[in-house]
Amino acid sequence: MNRTSLRRVAAPSVVAIALGMGLSACGAANETDASADTSNASSDTLSGTLNGAGASSQEAAMAAWQAGFQIAHPDVTVNYDPIGSGGGREQFIAGGTAFAGSDAYLDDEEGELSAAAERCGTDPIEVPDYVSPIAVIFNVDGVEDLQLSGETLAGIFAGSITTWDDPSIAADNPDVELPDTTITAVHRADDSGTTDNFTAYLEAAAPSVWTHGEVGEWPLQHGEAAQGTSGVVSAVRNGSNSIGYADASQAGDLGVASVKVGEQYVGPTAGAAAKVLEVSPRVADRSEVDLAFELARDTAESGAYPIVLASYLIACQTYADQQTADLVKGFLTYVVGAQGQVAAAESAGSAPLPDALREKALGIIETISAR
Amino acid sequence: MSASLTTGTRRRTGDLVFAGGTRVASALILVALAGVAVFLTVEGLPAVDAPADKLGGAGSLAAFVWPLLFGTLLAAVIALLIATPLSLAVALMISHYAPRRLSGPVGCLVDLLAAVPSVVYGLWGIAFLGPRLGPVYAWLEQHLGFLPFFAGPASSSGRTILTAGVVLAIMALPIITAITREIFAQTPRLHEEAALALGATRWETVRLAVLPSARSGIVSAVMLGLGRALGETMAVAMVLSATSGVVTLNMIGTVNPSTIAANIANGFPEATGLGVNALIASGLVLFVITFVVNFAARAIVVRSGRGAPG
Repeated sequence: MNRTSLRRVAAPSVVAIALGMGLSACGAANETDASADTSNASSDTLSGTLNGAGASSQEAAMAAWQAGFQIAHPDVTVNYDPIGSGGGREQFIAGGTAFAGSDAYLDDEEGELSAAAERCGTDPIEVPDYVSPIAVIFNVDGVEDLQLSGETLAGIFAGSITTWDDPSIAADNPDVELPDTTITAVHRADDSGTTDNFTAYLEAAAPSVWTHGEVGEWPLQHGEAAQGTSGVVSAVRNGSNSIGYADASQAGDLGVASVKVGEQYVGPTAGAAAKVLEVSPRVADRSEVDLAFELARDTAESGAYPIVLASYLIACQTYADQQTADLVKGFLTYVVGAQGQVAAAESAGSAPLPDALREKALGIIETISAR
Repeated sequence: MSASLTTGTRRRTGDLVFAGGTRVASALILVALAGVAVFLTVEGLPAVDAPADKLGGAGSLAAFVWPLLFGTLLAAVIALLIATPLSLAVALMISHYAPRRLSGPVGCLVDLLAAVPSVVYGLWGIAFLGPRLGPVYAWLEQHLGFLPFFAGPASSSGRTILTAGVVLAIMALPIITAITREIFAQTPRLHEEAALALGATRWETVRLAVLPSARSGIVSAVMLGLGRALGETMAVAMVLSATSGVVTLNMIGTVNPSTIAANIANGFPEATGLGVNALIASGLVLFVITFVVNFAARAIVVRSGRGAPG
């Protein structure tokens, strides 16, 4: 009896909801038609589908770029598959995608640079498009501000510094009262570009303490592991006396440590992250169109924050057909340009490229053409 | 006369269609199962020669899979140790102890537990259960630290294999409870009445009449719960602070072995080449283990079914 009456009520309401959704869908469809009409009036030559794949670090920024570019060019569809840097490079080399996003520049250790040159016919283009500071986040009772030198940070994550009142932490923080509790150092459980860049910094800043090299997968059986950026952030937040590393835009209300550069302690701001790129040398023996940087993680430049993730866009100088060449050129120009960089900074918290570097990258993208 | 004849033929066509339908359905299950087995074997085999960097630093495929298998079994055993007595108690209370007015709603609530998505259990484990178990682990380390299970150092965020086991137990509980309570309800009335007539208390009735006749059902219910615990991916991937290549009995520390399913979920997005094959090979191991467990359960059920009274 009960069930029948329930059904009697439920069925009409389901129909009503379905109807309502159907109607609103119609409304939405009409709206898009209208907006498409108006923008078609402006002269727009770009159309078609542009496919890319690669680093998941760029995913949030890429969503903003896709939206921004598609609003400006309604006939264009940009697809980006965040399968990871390695997968993105693989697909680009195989010719499956027109461009790739990668947290590491192409190198010839596994023959990727040559393979990419073979795919393109000429040297591939590499331009930095996404620079994001990695914050050292902490959650320690009674500690608001924390300053750490490279050696101390390496010691904490390598496991040689185990309590918060360790003399080396105290030396970095003369005015802070540190608790005598055990440090829980949280690292990424998955293979990640964030870990790669963080360990690269540790290796450059404290080679004698951090002896495990630059690695994507955490090399030690020590400390707490968490899945993904959100996992690390929640592990640090839910734990006590914990410390971890995560993309600075995700730090939220957690404490963020300043890192010692030269004689100063610098926090992970967008400006400080972009500054590192300015003082970094280009990778040697590269073609003119290859803007790969050897990040100066051991810099002593004042105001530079050395723990950054720099992600690249990889593309060809020439494409087989005009349409793809135009699409890649248009999209990359937008992404690297001032508008795209601001959009990424707003949505993903990245650091906009320094002006000089942006101009240089735009100059390279300008040369993209059809064969 | 003619009318009854038509009904006869119609029933026969209906029978044929229905019988054919069930046959196709069961054949499809076999095909799907065989397809999965073939896929896992074909894709998993190349991982035998995978280099160490594709195996998370392990020297061989066996060294790669063993810690994962250990973690899988450990988490499942913890889960069942907690879930089995709890489920049996809940089921008994629903079928024999609670007044009818109460047993219906309670049964419903337990069934609702099964409807909660595993991601939600994962979130709950990370954000609620883990931090609250942290102090408990610190206590365990201090007072029971001489046992290898509680050697410590205790995790402050509580993201340990013991927490994962507790979450898994809660996920397995509704399955075990639902099946066992049906089985308890089917206890032969005469046995129960005979026990009561002999002056047995309610607990003695349960022990003498209900539990023996339900033994095989309990085993298969526990095995289904075990299946859930072995294969659960998302909740474990979120809750557990896993380190590759670790085999430890310490259940309250920050360094825990991962489980096969969680490791596949965590490792797959960034895996390339032979790394993917290695993950699939670990999947094959889980597949085989699940089979072995199921067959073992069946064997137990058959044997205890023979021995059970009536």
